[in-house]
Order: sequence, then structure tokens, then C-alpha cells
Amino acid sequence: MSTLDLLQLGFVRQALLAGAVLALLAGLLGPLVVGRGMAFAVHGTSELSFAGGAGALLLFGAGAVGWGALVGAVVVALVFGALGLAAHERDSVIGVLLSFGLGLGVLFQSLYTGRSANKFGLLVGQIVGVDTGDLVSLAVTGVVVVGVLGLAYRPLLFASLDPTMAAARGVPVRALSVAFAVLLGATTALGVQIVGALLVLSLLITPAAAAARLTASPLRATVLAVVFAEVAVLGGIVLSLAPGLPISPFVAGIAFATYVICRVAGSLRTRRRASRTRVPASSTATSTSSQSALASQSPRPRS
Amino acid sequence: MTGPAVSLTGAELRRGPRTLWSGLELDVAPGEFVAVLGPNGSGKTTLLQVLLGLLPLSSGQVRVHGAPPARGSAAVGYVPQQRALDPLTPLRGRDLVGLGLDGHRFGPGLRGRARRREQVHRALAQVDALDYADAPVGSLSGGEQQRLRVAQALVGDPSLLLADEPLLSLDLARQREVVELVDRRRREHDTAVVFVTHELNPVLPVVDRVLYLVDGRFRIGTPEEVMTSANLSQLYRTDVEVVRVRGRILVVGAEDAPVHHDVPEEVGVR
Repeated sequence: MSTLDLLQLGFVRQALLAGAVLALLAGLLGPLVVGRGMAFAVHGTSELSFAGGAGALLLFGAGAVGWGALVGAVVVALVFGALGLAAHERDSVIGVLLSFGLGLGVLFQSLYTGRSANKFGLLVGQIVGVDTGDLVSLAVTGVVVVGVLGLAYRPLLFASLDPTMAAARGVPVRALSVAFAVLLGATTALGVQIVGALLVLSLLITPAAAAARLTASPLRATVLAVVFAEVAVLGGIVLSLAPGLPISPFVAGIAFATYVICRVAGSLRTRRRASRTRVPASSTATSTSSQSALASQSPRPRS
Repeated sequence: MTGPAVSLTGAELRRGPRTLWSGLELDVAPGEFVAVLGPNGSGKTTLLQVLLGLLPLSSGQVRVHGAPPARGSAAVGYVPQQRALDPLTPLRGRDLVGLGLDGHRFGPGLRGRARRREQVHRALAQVDALDYADAPVGSLSGGEQQRLRVAQALVGDPSLLLADEPLLSLDLARQREVVELVDRRRREHDTAVVFVTHELNPVLPVVDRVLYLVDGRFRIGTPEEVMTSANLSQLYRTDVEVVRVRGRILVVGAEDAPVHHDVPEEVGVR
């Protein structure tokens, strides 16, 4: 069957819908994740989500995987969120938990004796297996994430990028850090089921990191991140149909290509801007500052 | 508003077993420029935290514009310690200033966007930062970032401005620029200023009164009144000499004083 024929199928349409919602959430959260320097935390959360899903699969069967993944992700995200923003310490704690979770997940998987597709799916994703129940949980999570972001976006941005000042202005930095971790955990858990634990980063980090290379405006960065994430997910699904391969290599490939292009474009632009304005600006700045330094020092002590 | 911008009565602050200061009586009038001096650990930043409503007094009373300090009050502007922003911080100058205006507010914030843009523009213009308002903040120099910090503090049109070591790690010319911005603001808008600093000399031409804190003891008054050898020797409980040279005040001997924390490079010794 050609790609066009495949696009007519119900499960393909469901997959596209699920992918579109996931990409929207990832694109909305991504710039905050990048701004908070939480890329590694996302990776840790996805591995623990994988462990939760694998544990649920072993104990309660395939129907419980979604809940297991959600519980695993939210619990660990709460731990990371409660640790606050002290990055150097956070990274080592994440490393400790991540490796432990990965070990647990592998153990659960090797004890599981059911269909091997169920096992593999958590690592590399099984978007064509998305059913109506998954779509409902995806939609609920989507509404919650968008709703919370709508209400708390400004304080969240303030607390993420300028925490000292935000705290001085009375923003509940610690509480927002925990709330953000829960949103991130829920989104990660959905991503684990769709693109797999190994590639959640390609949706939550790569599009936002690419957007950050093009603009420093939070609004524009968020719009771009959503667009990039949508292109990667929807494009990945469509491209994977005809060859019958898993979607994750396509999603990751498109996301990576976007990042490389944005990085090159961004550095070309800063270089162009630097050669156009920065050189004259900085040379006048140094001359005026040295003049004012002279002006400030010579009259006072000598006269 | 005719009453004092800040009023501290019998104010005491303890941190664990230590008393940072007690019996503090200070009224700051609208438009007055008060510099807070003292070695590290003498409770200068803590005083600002009290005025910001982030920390309660252990005893005594604090009033900001006649009421207990409220977190996130638009009437209070705050300039934090000069610290370079991460080079990759995904914000432009105008975003940073905008966060100072309504970054603490919940809700979608869709109404009044035109007015918000106008306020941010005015604050940027006040500190002459319009030229680089659209550049990523992380790409700016320390002096440019500090100007944005001043704009961020002024954007809510505060009647009290609190500044915590805003001159740290700026060169002399940039220090003078920041002091001039703050001084212009308080003269044009009658904004009261509480300015925490290690160094008195950069603010000496504009300062009205000095609050000098050392190890729980303090002096309040004009620089002429406070900055004398007798006063500082009593504060530091050691032999301190205050010398006036070419319009600058040099303090010699405070480095050796047995205070709790390390004493910074002292006022004006260069």
C-alpha cells in the first residue's frame, strides 16, 4: 500500500491525532525545560516512566502500562521538582535515579512472559497501537497542561529564567517548580508510550533548543518549538508508513535536522549582526567610556 | 503620599542564635537616598528582604508606605545583586523588563497588552536601553544588563526602590551610570531609595543618609555624621581611621576588626 492509502486507515489517523497532541504539549513545555536547564531531568523522567510502565505490564498486564508510565514519571518528576534549581547537585541525583530506574525496567521486562511487542514498545514507541482510551488520556492531559500553562505561564517563565528576582517579587518559585515537574512528568509519560523512552528528548528538547537558536523572544520560541515538534512527529509518522519501520528514527531524524539547520542559521545571523552593528557599537562604547572615565577622574582629583 | 516610604520601629532580626540587628529606628522619606553599609553578614540584604515582605521581623514594626510590606507590591522596585545572566537565557531585554512588571501575576494576561508594551518601552527609555532592548540578554555586557535590571525595577513605577549591591563587579564608569540613573529617578519621581553597597564613594555625591551596620551595632545619619573615626571605631570595636581625600572617604583598619564574617575590600580602598 502506498502512503496515501495508508493515510486513509483509522488507526493511522488516530496515530496522527495522538502525535499532534503530544507535539503540541512538547512544544509548549520545551522552551521552559530548556530555559530551566532540565534536559537531563527529562531523560531521567522518561527512564523512570519506562520502569513504571514495565512494572505495570508485569503486574497488571498491557492495559495498565499507561498508568504505570504516568505514576513512574510523575513520582520522579516530583522528586526532581522538589530538589529545586541547584543544577550541579540535581544532575548527579538524576544520574543515580535514572540508572536505577533503567535497571528496574530491564528486570521487569525480562520477567514478563507476554507479547514481546508490548515490551519493545516502551523503549521505541508504538504509536500505531494507540487506541481510543489512549486518545482520551492524551486529550485530558492536554487540556490540563494547556490550562495550567494558561494560568501560570508568566510566573512560571519568571521563576524559570530569573529565579532570584522572581522570588523577590513574591513568586512561589518552589511550588511552581513542583507544579511544572508534574506537567512535565505527565507529558513525558505520554511521550514514552508514543515515541518511546529513548526518544522523548527528541520532542521535549530538540525543537525548543532549535527555536532558541533563532529567537530570544519567549513567545516566538514557543510558537517555533510547537511547529518544529509537529513537523517532526507528523512527518515522522507519515514517512514511517510505507517502509513499515518504527516512527522514532524518523521523528528523531527530522528533529535533529531542524536543530542543525537552526543552529547554522542562528550563528550566521549573529555573525551578520555582529559585523553590521556590534563592531561600530562596541568601538564607540569603548571610546565614550574611556572618555567619560577620563572626564570623571581628571577634573576631580587635580582641580 | 506624605508619610515616610519606609518606617522601622524597634526593629529586631534574629537568625538562629544570632541577632543581626535590634532597636533599629529608621524612617525613609519620599525622594530620600539612604545607603546601607557594612561588612558581609551584617544583615544588609536581610533588611531588604524584610522590606520586600519576604522575611518577618523577630520583633518591632516595619511599614512600607504605611502598611506591612506586601510581596510583589508594584510600589516597591528591586534591583538584585549584579550577577551575569546565563548567555543562553531565552529572553530579550524587553522581556526581562516585562517580567518585572507582571511576571508575578497569574492568569493569561491577555488584556492591557498595549498599555504593558507602553510601560516597558518607557522603562527602557528611562535607562537608555532601547538600542539593545531586542537583543538576547545573555549577549549583553554587565553594564547593559544592570541597566535592564534598573528598568525592571522601575517599570512598575515604584515609590520605593530597593537596590542590593547593584554596583558589584561594574567598572567605575558603569558604576557612575547606574548611580546617576537611580539618582535621576528619585529626583524626578520622588522615589525613596534604599541602596545596599560595600562602597560608599560611588554614591557619596548623591546620598542623603547612611545606615552603617556592623555586627548588630549601627549608626544612622548623614555621611559627615556617621563616617568619623570615632563612630566606626565604636562600631567595629577596634581602631578605625576615616580619612577624607579628594572628595572620597577612605576607611582604614576595619579589615582587621573581629566581625563574624569576612570583611570586604573596605570603602574606597583601591
